[in-house]
Amino acid sequence: MTLQMPLLEVRNLEIRAAKGMPIVEGINLSLARGTMGALVGESGSGKTMASRSMLRLLPPGLSVTKGEILLDGEDLSKASEKRMRQLRGQSLGMIFQEPMVSLNPAMSVGAQMAEALRLHTSLSRQEIRQLCVEMLERVRISNAAASLSAFPHEFSGGMRQRIMIASVMLLRPKLLVADEPTTALDTLAQREVLDLLTELARDFNTAVLLITHNLGLVARYAETVTVLRKGRVVEAGKTASVIAHPYQTYTQNLIAAAQVGEGKADIVPPDTPAVLRAVDVSVTYGERTHGRGAGVAAVSGVSLDIRKGETVAVVGGSGSGKTTLGRALLGLVPLSSGQVAFKGMDIAASNGTIRREARLGCQMVFQDPYSSLDPRQRIGSIVHEPLRHVPDMAPADKERRVREILAEVGLSGLDQRLPHELSGGQRQRVAIARALARRPPFVVADEPVSALDMTIQAQVLELFRELQESYGFACLFISHDLAAVRRVAQRVIVMKAGRIVEQGATEDILGAPQHPYTARLIEAAPTIGGTDGFPLVEVRAKASS
Amino acid sequence: MKLNLIIGLLLVILLGGAAAIGAAWTPYNPMQLDMLNRLSPPSPAHWLGTDEFGRDVLSRLMTGATTSIGIAVTTVLLAVSVGMIVGLVSGSLRGWTDRGLMAVTDALLAFPGILLALALIVILGAGSTGIILALALAYLPAVIRIVRSAVLSIREKEYVEASKVIGNSQAYTMFVHILPNCLAPISVVATSMFGWVILAESALSFLGLGVAPPAPTWGNMLSASQPYFERALWLSLAPGACIALALLATNLIGDALRDRFDPRRLQA
Repeated sequence: MTLQMPLLEVRNLEIRAAKGMPIVEGINLSLARGTMGALVGESGSGKTMASRSMLRLLPPGLSVTKGEILLDGEDLSKASEKRMRQLRGQSLGMIFQEPMVSLNPAMSVGAQMAEALRLHTSLSRQEIRQLCVEMLERVRISNAAASLSAFPHEFSGGMRQRIMIASVMLLRPKLLVADEPTTALDTLAQREVLDLLTELARDFNTAVLLITHNLGLVARYAETVTVLRKGRVVEAGKTASVIAHPYQTYTQNLIAAAQVGEGKADIVPPDTPAVLRAVDVSVTYGERTHGRGAGVAAVSGVSLDIRKGETVAVVGGSGSGKTTLGRALLGLVPLSSGQVAFKGMDIAASNGTIRREARLGCQMVFQDPYSSLDPRQRIGSIVHEPLRHVPDMAPADKERRVREILAEVGLSGLDQRLPHELSGGQRQRVAIARALARRPPFVVADEPVSALDMTIQAQVLELFRELQESYGFACLFISHDLAAVRRVAQRVIVMKAGRIVEQGATEDILGAPQHPYTARLIEAAPTIGGTDGFPLVEVRAKASS
Repeated sequence: MKLNLIIGLLLVILLGGAAAIGAAWTPYNPMQLDMLNRLSPPSPAHWLGTDEFGRDVLSRLMTGATTSIGIAVTTVLLAVSVGMIVGLVSGSLRGWTDRGLMAVTDALLAFPGILLALALIVILGAGSTGIILALALAYLPAVIRIVRSAVLSIREKEYVEASKVIGNSQAYTMFVHILPNCLAPISVVATSMFGWVILAESALSFLGLGVAPPAPTWGNMLSASQPYFERALWLSLAPGACIALALLATNLIGDALRDRFDPRRLQA
């Protein structure tokens, strides 16, 4: 299409494991200088391996068995190891998914940034320092000069990812591979990091290959998109046309998952009694351990009611106190002031029977399905466990209940499996089954889908919604993902720094936010807007600040 | 099955078999003196030769195996079961219980294990009961520390919190969800400790603080062979090799166990 030769051209790429299993097959991909292309697919689609092969960073046992990876006409799959070392850093950069572990915790930021420059250039210490400071300023790290001697743990996840970008971009690589660079970050930090990345790439004429499972991000940032499934390309082209006219059902599902969902209509009648009522709840960490100094207030002065059959979403960035609030409502963290009542019973009551009844009536679905299930317990036994505490239930009834709930979450016949034999989505279904086994009146769901692939997220949310309709439990849904919130919640509470800044019906809040923080959250959410298929992010409100 | 596990198991069968047979039958009476056949080299009649009193080395080795392995098994079982409970309680409950228990553990850890055992044997008196108690106490702090650190990392997992949310009691959570997930490090510690206890028991016997001669153990046989090292090498080599092989076997099996206990490698 373009007359100019593309910077990166991958032809018929095939990667195989040592035992002959193909990981990816017949991949074609091209990326023009200074543009951003996206490689999309869910876990196990081979997108990470395909991108790693470009820097020859494949894990042992995997190798490129066929095809070419042409960078500026040079075939990287046949380049010598020495040549690859020259190219890495200099022409090829990579940003990893997990900013918490991709920087060396024992090395100062300055030393890590300088490493590549020392290796690939002959600049003096002074010049290197100068370049690093300039670069940190460009990625908007405040007090850049002082930050050089700081260590990674002193920065937040978003800042670390910006530092990572700064150190990779110092050498102005021709191609930058960004492997899910923002999956571990909240929506606001994600927006910041990707905006910066786009800006730097444009200024330095760097081509970026963005690996992601989120089509919302692709729609916003990438010019071209390649969709991978089970190691093969199922769809490729300009982002706008792929999103407007997807050919494959798979792509259609991915797009649907990223689209602004339909709001949940039925508002619970206001005269429904509250299942859970929190009055002026505050949680302060570190009061006792630090002795004299005041602790950190994670939640301050939050009051809320959740009625039968209702889902109330709590949204906010990392550190907004939303997770702590959820735990406080379950009595998992002690309140420093205020009161939480479940069906009129104080969950912190001195009476053990009341406390226990409240505890048994409130359940939780945890964020990470990989750590919320005991790895040695079989699925059937995990789901059976809550039933231990049901008095007067015959063992046969318990067995029947386990089978019933497993069928309801779509896992019939998997009761003898161990958690590691299930996929992430299946595990989260187990966690949901466990939480609902005893038919609790109140459930806290703490980011229940954020660890899952986009298409799986949609399925799990749909399941959750169906189960709520049939069980009628009240739910506190903690999330930073506004698309998910729109799907399941009738009401939204927006939290910032431990306080409620805005609350109301989902449609009102997400449609016409009053508080600037809410507006920023909505604006940062990566979604594909409208039904016309035009890949523009739907921004219903501008920040009023 | 991996090669290291096979070798480890073969060694265990060999040594354990020798010990088991030695408890019931030996080629010669291990205490029988035969002054005419002193320090005779290995021969068809005496496969591993005879010692300075003409006693059959193989017979003594087999009886010694019974004593040494018996002592080691009891010591390990004692140290691991007590250490497991203390570590579990300490790591799960935290707070003052933890601080108190850890203060005692750290005080014990501050002594070199063998020195502690020496002091205890002086108090308790030499003999197998003394050795078992002394060595168990000497190895206890290490077990407590390892179990506690495993518990500390596992108690932060969401499934432990999930168990609490379900309504399970703390004791149930401790024994059903936390303890089984600590078994991997415990099993590795227990098996390699087994080897070290055999070594320590030998060292104590070598120093004359263990099982008193003429009853044979690997350690006091090694000790007794010292003056004849140049003339009768087999006297030192036979018990020395047994100790080394026991250590090797337990380490190999410890590694294999660690792999085995990793639930990600469990087959359906």
